[in-house]
Amino acid sequence: MDYVIEMLNIRKEFPGVVANDDITIQLKKGEIHALLGENGAGKSTLMNVLFGLYQPEQGEIRVKGEKANINGPNDANRLGIGMVHQHFMLVDTFSVTQNIILGSEPTSKGHINLRKAEKEIQELSDRYGLAVDPRAKIRDISVGMQQRVEILKTLYRGADVLILDEPTAVLTPQEIDELGDILKSLIAEGKSIILITHKLKEIMNMCDRCTVIRRGKGIGTVNVPDTTVDELASLMVGREVSFTTEKKPAEPKETVLEVKNLVVQDSRKVDMVKGLDLDIRAGEIVGIAGVDGNGQSELIEAITGLTKAQSGSIKLTGKDITNLSPRKVTESGIGHIPQDRHKFGLVLDFSVGENIALQTYYQNPNSKYGMLNFKNIYKKAGELVEQYDVRTSGLHATAGSMSGGNQQKAIIAREVDRSPNLLIAAQPTRGLDVGAIEFIHQKLIEERDKGKAVLLVSFELDEILDVSDRIVVMFDGKIVASRKPEETDENELGLLMAGSSSEKVGDTQ
Amino acid sequence: MMSNRMFNILVPIISVILGLIAGAFLMIGFGYNPIEGYGALLNGIFGDAYVFGETLRQVTPLILTGLAVAFAFRTGLFNIGAEGQVFIGWLAAVWVGLAIDAPAFIHIPLAVIAAAVAGALWGFIPGLLKATRGVHEVIVTIMMNYIALYSTNAVIRYVLTDSRDSTDTIPDSVSLRADWITTMTTGSRLHYGILIALFAALVMWVVINRTTMGYEMRSVGFNQHASRYAGMNVKKNIILAMVISGAFAGLAGAMEGLGTFGYMSTQSGFSNLGFDGIAVALLGANTAPGVILAAFLFGGLKIGALSMPLQAGVPNELVDIIIALIIFFVAASYMIRWVILRFSKEGRK
Repeated sequence: MDYVIEMLNIRKEFPGVVANDDITIQLKKGEIHALLGENGAGKSTLMNVLFGLYQPEQGEIRVKGEKANINGPNDANRLGIGMVHQHFMLVDTFSVTQNIILGSEPTSKGHINLRKAEKEIQELSDRYGLAVDPRAKIRDISVGMQQRVEILKTLYRGADVLILDEPTAVLTPQEIDELGDILKSLIAEGKSIILITHKLKEIMNMCDRCTVIRRGKGIGTVNVPDTTVDELASLMVGREVSFTTEKKPAEPKETVLEVKNLVVQDSRKVDMVKGLDLDIRAGEIVGIAGVDGNGQSELIEAITGLTKAQSGSIKLTGKDITNLSPRKVTESGIGHIPQDRHKFGLVLDFSVGENIALQTYYQNPNSKYGMLNFKNIYKKAGELVEQYDVRTSGLHATAGSMSGGNQQKAIIAREVDRSPNLLIAAQPTRGLDVGAIEFIHQKLIEERDKGKAVLLVSFELDEILDVSDRIVVMFDGKIVASRKPEETDENELGLLMAGSSSEKVGDTQ
Repeated sequence: MMSNRMFNILVPIISVILGLIAGAFLMIGFGYNPIEGYGALLNGIFGDAYVFGETLRQVTPLILTGLAVAFAFRTGLFNIGAEGQVFIGWLAAVWVGLAIDAPAFIHIPLAVIAAAVAGALWGFIPGLLKATRGVHEVIVTIMMNYIALYSTNAVIRYVLTDSRDSTDTIPDSVSLRADWITTMTTGSRLHYGILIALFAALVMWVVINRTTMGYEMRSVGFNQHASRYAGMNVKKNIILAMVISGAFAGLAGAMEGLGTFGYMSTQSGFSNLGFDGIAVALLGANTAPGVILAAFLFGGLKIGALSMPLQAGVPNELVDIIIALIIFFVAASYMIRWVILRFSKEGRK
């Protein structure tokens, strides 16, 4: 059999943990091979071994059948292995060409030959149908286009094997389809691809084979056409997983949140929310669909008091909460699961216990006469950690030492436990694996069933369609459409999110 | 994996030992006997009641400036201004000592509090600028040091005296010195201030680790976004942290004014108490107990050094080099951490 890359029986230990235990992955020439595993399963470690950042304790790496000694990313590049990172490594103010040649600039007499590079990049772009303008500045092009620049970067450096780390996390459905086409054309040109992901649907759509790892162990490799989403999920998690969240029909009651004609600016003083109206009623989950950067963050920041609204009003259960301080907003009955859990949701250097008390530390009985009652704080934290199945190495361990899914569970425990009338969940499952996603969706639905209002913002249409009772599409700072999940589909939402007016799409109401 | 706490204890100890070893090599290199040299050093710290009294006297203000810097560190701020806060506190203490006539139980607290308030005010200004204008506290506090230095000189010369270089000596009713301590330590300048310094360390520990206020200040120091999300007043907490930090340094000034010297004279340069406080805080891993131990080490080295030229013929400057080496190794603690990690990994294999 013709393998371009083989990683055989790889074992990698760190003090106290085995990150990779007997993992084998063999990449055939011309295939798209998925590497599937939960967060923390050891995917990144395995790829870092391939790039020579870690040396494995056991096992060997073969490139085109020959044993390879890889001591660093430069060795990997020389062997024709290129990586497209999840977080792009691009200089915003540089042009596409400048970014691509960064680190291997073609020079003549000490000058960079930009012309020549531009020409080469144009040729590469045309050959693989990437449609990238070599002269555009990175800050002016879309996220999808930036990703293609990253792909070009590896191609320019002569990569035959491309590794894409969670490439679809930042893309719209249409862009994901385009990416699929690009990958196919790469394969047609004789490249081979490893796709790191935990999105099962994409594996089914794009990949030929799939290697599953679970908690550091290699589970096996399956042929994608011979498997199902359910089988992949249970291989990955180690138990049966339900995808469609079970829920009763919603029974919406009185209006909880009432946003009227809201205008919010971002830090650059540009209007991001432009006269938005939104109502959410008790006992329903409203999902906001939209591409990142259409004012969702600003809307949430304005509701939660983190940003001042320019004009308009926000009412919570009839009371005006426009431009109250974040604490007043929180106390008036809003729970907020922030989009960026590291920036807003947690103080990573604080202990798990201290983080769980982040919204209530100043209240009796956590605080009396200005002194903290740590006994109470940790007792409460212990109860919540138990109840929400947060896995930590202890309540005194720092929040930063927990995995992403457990960090998110800790935040949810903190916010939901206060039993707020309105729960705002922004990208609550970003970067999490199916097990954690299932849990978080259940919690949101539980809150709804208790008669709370839930506002869900997500860039994942699956999530929006699956969890929401009502979907509103946000585009350019406004709500441009409202749909029932059972009366719409990804295609229509995708087009609405891209700004097609609802008339053109055909109103389904 | 070794725990963080073990690391925080082990790293300063190894730093100190490495500094001492390096110092020993230096002494050998210059033809001195390191055993004699370090013997004289130890003798100069613990040798008799006088030197031990002087050591403790030197340790007192270092604890307080160390606490000032450590407190700021723990709340995410870098207070380079302890130096200036010491001067302002010193001046305030002496001023109140001279201006008021009151019984000791009123006079002493009043002068001590005046020093703390003055230091706090000197911390308030950079805190305010940082919180409202985003000006980096390092730049402002460095500048405030010079303002403090020259304005205290001006006040001594033109306000408190008639163009003299030193204020009058404070009356006994406000002095921290006590006859019985002086007698017991055969004439050292040790004073009650050491108790104030130890009490301040307790206060810092309680405020940082146990109070709601300390929780907020630490939270703001770690992550302003999350703190705002949790409803804390970020600006207020930055200012408050600088104010408390400045108050500790101001107290260090009171130790000099009401204890060691009993007056304040014009200064041609910095006292280095504030800058040594940075090293003390660093070596003490920014915890109250650590600061006490580190201040003892610094104060001990400083006083013990005085015996080295006399008893072992080693020049004073060498001790300064040893201190510098210790600070170097502490600052390079990353290196030491790396070595420890490396060794513990090798051991596992």
